[in-house]
Amino acid sequence: MSQLVQGNEACARAAIASGCRFFAGYPITPSSEIGESMARLLPDVGGVFVQMEDEIASLGAVLGASLGGARALTATSGPGFTLMQEHIGYAALAEIPCVVVDVMRGGPSTGLPTRPSQGDVMQARWGTHGDHPVVALAPYSSAEVFELTSRAFALSERLRVPALVLYDEVIGHLRERVDIADVPLARGERPRPSVGPAAYEAYAPGPDLVPPLADFGRGYRFHVTGLTHDERGKPTDDPAIVGALHRRLQEKVVRARDDVVSVATVALEDAEVAIVAYGVAARAAERAVSDARARGLRAGLFRPRTLWPFPDAELRGLASRVRALVVAEMNLGQLLLEVERVAAGRTHVEPCLRADGTPLTPEDIGTAIGEVIGAAV
Amino acid sequence: MTAKALAAATGIDYREHLRLPMMPHILCPGCGHGIVLKALLRAIRSLDLDWDRLAFVAGIGCSSRLVGYIDGCTLHTTHGRALTFATGLKLARPDLTVVVITGDGDGLAIGGNHLIHAARRDVDLACLLLNNETYGMTGGQVAPTTVPGSVSTTTPRGATEPPFDACALVTAAGASFVARGATSLPLELDTLIAAAIAHRGFSFVEIESDCPEYFGRYNRLGRAPEMLQQQRRRFDEVDETLAAKRFVGAPPHAGVPRLRTGVLHERKT
Repeated sequence: MSQLVQGNEACARAAIASGCRFFAGYPITPSSEIGESMARLLPDVGGVFVQMEDEIASLGAVLGASLGGARALTATSGPGFTLMQEHIGYAALAEIPCVVVDVMRGGPSTGLPTRPSQGDVMQARWGTHGDHPVVALAPYSSAEVFELTSRAFALSERLRVPALVLYDEVIGHLRERVDIADVPLARGERPRPSVGPAAYEAYAPGPDLVPPLADFGRGYRFHVTGLTHDERGKPTDDPAIVGALHRRLQEKVVRARDDVVSVATVALEDAEVAIVAYGVAARAAERAVSDARARGLRAGLFRPRTLWPFPDAELRGLASRVRALVVAEMNLGQLLLEVERVAAGRTHVEPCLRADGTPLTPEDIGTAIGEVIGAAV
Repeated sequence: MTAKALAAATGIDYREHLRLPMMPHILCPGCGHGIVLKALLRAIRSLDLDWDRLAFVAGIGCSSRLVGYIDGCTLHTTHGRALTFATGLKLARPDLTVVVITGDGDGLAIGGNHLIHAARRDVDLACLLLNNETYGMTGGQVAPTTVPGSVSTTTPRGATEPPFDACALVTAAGASFVARGATSLPLELDTLIAAAIAHRGFSFVEIESDCPEYFGRYNRLGRAPEMLQQQRRRFDEVDETLAAKRFVGAPPHAGVPRLRTGVLHERKT
């Protein structure tokens, strides 16, 4: 049975359906409905909601709960996402599963609290210091918020990485018809130790490079630290161990890449021009594609549902066969940099950018399509 | 005294509860924090707790490194944030006994907001704040508890800011158990820590612990034995809280009102 579901509410319902039993957060527009929904839903399933004193504390509490064995979530927006960077880095190095939802609003600083933006894309990748792995998913509808929130839990648990869900204010507040029962739930469990407590090493990787994780307080005693550590969790600055750890943290995500990276496409088979867009901009892009097709222009859409790791291979193939890529995003050019890197001169890359607190329109994107096709003709 | 003889004399073999592969530890000779670690192990022993149901959470700094040496579930977090991790862990796993170890910089400066909110929330955590009046890990900078007049690397002409009274702060914020102990009174420390862990609700123990290597050296307070003797003299007589009466311009600890150890505040829930 379909019903009207708001994006933020879909996020909370997906979390519950995915086994999330702990939420810690701090109110911030335009993400607050996620926490409010979790406060309403969690007690009925035996879960815990806590409103913390800030976003640093929120993600700290989430990581503590996760080590206790709970699937745990927090949600925020730009200013809070900035504060959470400290513990995103901690989760990456200490390999603690957690899901962080960032409902993007205009920035920097307090910026535009009630207006949409896609300005946190690079912060999601590089916001915390040091090299680190990260997974970031970008839904563009209420149904997809549900699907990708579930997927974020599965990936975070399985890979022991922080998994981010990034969408803009419009997607967060949009209410649209969804049949929740029809949306697939992703499956993914944190790897568990196959050895007894005496032989357990919390950072000794399995064949997929992900170390099994025991819960605190269930017979396994181990040390978790944000210092660079060896396989037993002992702090070390031995260059061989440090270098191997950093490479493993990256490589475990690279190895799982085919399960992590997801791209949706529209009418790319014969496209001369491909739009690259995500989130609400991709909704405008879908309309721009159908409008262009009606005008006889062969346009298509390449929509990354995974922003990080970036879908290099998928885009590289496309870049080799289209006349141009139009990158439509609501910032001054962030994913654009990745598209330019992957295109590497194989095709023209045309920016279609907007950073004024309003969504990109089909007309904006249609104009960009017309310009690149006109220029090519 | 050999380890075996010590175990026989004290009734506890510390090696049973220490993570020996983590040794050698990082603490300087004469550091007071080892006294606290041993008191903590004795306190837990006295409570007869299941070591598999215990978790130790710490932030960043010399004191926070103690958790790594305990053979338990140990979590060495980010600077100032230990209480946030501990809150999440305890709420998700109420079956666990959660002990937090922090320092004066970790708990009162960068983590001050988390401290007062943990006290207000009154979640069942035992928080030990080791106060050595300085940032030892980074080389001896001024801390929120440094006595005015003290020399540190960032107050070469003497500290001028008034210090926090950590116990008064957390009492005002709502902690239901507040105590002060000292490394110069190690046996009292056992009972205070045990009472804090046994207490249901947020319990807080400020522990005066000396840093001979930096604070002591910069302020010409002698080595560890002399510092312990001076510390002991500060606790010999009971007086009111310290923050209001400390004044700018005095040499460290001269004219500082006597500090009170023991349980300062308790509200049974």
